[in-house]
Amino acid sequence: MSKDMMRAFELYQPDSVENAVELLGRFGADGWAMAGGNDTLDWFKDRVKYAGSVVDLSGVEGLSGIRETADGVEIGAMTTLTEIEASPLIQERYSVLADSARRVASPQIRNTGTIGGNVAQDTRCWYYRYGVDCYRAGGNSCYADTPQGQNREHCLWGADRCIAVTPSDTAPALVVLDARMAIVNADGEREVPAEEFFIGPEIDIERMTVLEPGDLLTAIRIPNDWAGAQFYFEKVADRNTWDFPLVNIASAMFVEGGAVSRIRMAAGAVECVPRRLSVVEEIVTGSAPDEETAALAGQAAVRGATPFNYNHFKIPLLENLVKRAIRDS
Amino acid sequence: MTDEKTLVSGIDIPSPASATDDGGVLGTIGRVGASRRQFIKGVISSGAAVSSAGYVFGGMAGCATEEAPMAGGVERLISLNVNGETRRVDVLPYETLAMTLRYKLGLTGTKLGCDRAECGACTVLLDGVSTYSCSTLTHTVRGRAIRTVEGLEGPNGELHPVQQAMIDELGPQCGFCTPGQVMAAVALLEANPSPTRDEARFALSGNLCRCGAYDHYLNSVMRAAQSA
Repeated sequence: MSKDMMRAFELYQPDSVENAVELLGRFGADGWAMAGGNDTLDWFKDRVKYAGSVVDLSGVEGLSGIRETADGVEIGAMTTLTEIEASPLIQERYSVLADSARRVASPQIRNTGTIGGNVAQDTRCWYYRYGVDCYRAGGNSCYADTPQGQNREHCLWGADRCIAVTPSDTAPALVVLDARMAIVNADGEREVPAEEFFIGPEIDIERMTVLEPGDLLTAIRIPNDWAGAQFYFEKVADRNTWDFPLVNIASAMFVEGGAVSRIRMAAGAVECVPRRLSVVEEIVTGSAPDEETAALAGQAAVRGATPFNYNHFKIPLLENLVKRAIRDS
Repeated sequence: MTDEKTLVSGIDIPSPASATDDGGVLGTIGRVGASRRQFIKGVISSGAAVSSAGYVFGGMAGCATEEAPMAGGVERLISLNVNGETRRVDVLPYETLAMTLRYKLGLTGTKLGCDRAECGACTVLLDGVSTYSCSTLTHTVRGRAIRTVEGLEGPNGELHPVQQAMIDELGPQCGFCTPGQVMAAVALLEANPSPTRDEARFALSGNLCRCGAYDHYLNSVMRAAQSA
């Protein structure tokens, strides 16, 4: 079978959120909301996923751009990663998000790839991407969690039949910033905290986010709470371009009188969702962000990690990233 | 409707099925000056047109006929702004820009490497911004200024400074990735005429070179930046 030619689909290009939602609601499971298209077209070319009706969001009014609001900043879901990394407003207030956007994929992908697409993208588990009938694809086995399974990229926590991880670089940054995701469907708009936007296999094994057919992520709202904090973002991947994270980390902290007064930290690619490191936050709050605190926090961060055959390396990797986030931010 | 050649550029590719005596369905319509709606209907109902697209797209022949897309989506006949010219072209809803450029408009300077946004050979500029044309649907770039490596040619056929610098610095080896590298470099230099070597490296990081001529390409970009 051809692996390059997409099956025929019909393309719709709505000009308003209202029309887009109407179309997505009408098509239901046969509909597909396409943002930058980078991941969408790969699925279609590989003939692993298919939708008969693709709704191109590139012409929808009001979905793009970064706006200052009364209590923070609103980023349209169709804003490209390049726009985010270059935005003076984001760099000044939420540099952790600009830094994470800059580490996504390659320049050309960032030029068309959107923040909405980046957080809504599917996992990169290569068995799943290959099109096998795994749990996530509706089947009844996991090919990565076997004695021979190649699970170097897989999870340390939250395994529940599926052991895939979140591939997003911006997601941990958005969790740290306590961003709110605005989702519109036929019933109206709802706001979901970033931390609850991402879901693991125990909630629904076939999707990575709360988005359901007919839902449209329209904006990401970042409150002022963490504006101007001391931020840290680091991504470790095999190559500096294209590759998805083996582990990434985002953190925001305020230091008053030599001690950490507030801190939020999250890691990607160690669980199906961005992993909020609450235990680190508790240990560090009230202490000086020094080597000793960092060492304690690093050890605590990896407690309970359950590696598979080929991903033990992620444990010291995460531990060291936590240390650096505390010591170097 | 004045320029028949432009009008039919989408499907006017040698094909046993469309090479009928009257010049094919599209040629006929172009001559009698039918309305656009009739023209599109003609294209959709015409087996000649469908099989012509199949010829152009090789393995896609089966798809085009086995699943007729439902009505209500985009119109297939569109205008594209390519290298400063308006090109009328018949575009399938699921057609990528790389396919349209190479196989409908004959602009084969744009290469297809991986067809998965993982190599950069298909890089073109959209409103001056480097983009993978293999992972962009043509219908999403209506109204945008598309620039390919063919569009870099000067009024008297001279090479673009980036191209000249690549020759002077022996930039390419096999040359397959070169058009993509050139376009990424042009996008960089138009936004930042005097980049540092690290900035240039970052800007070209979305273009793979299997010969490993990365340093030569970087030398070329730095030379082009100085000469501009």
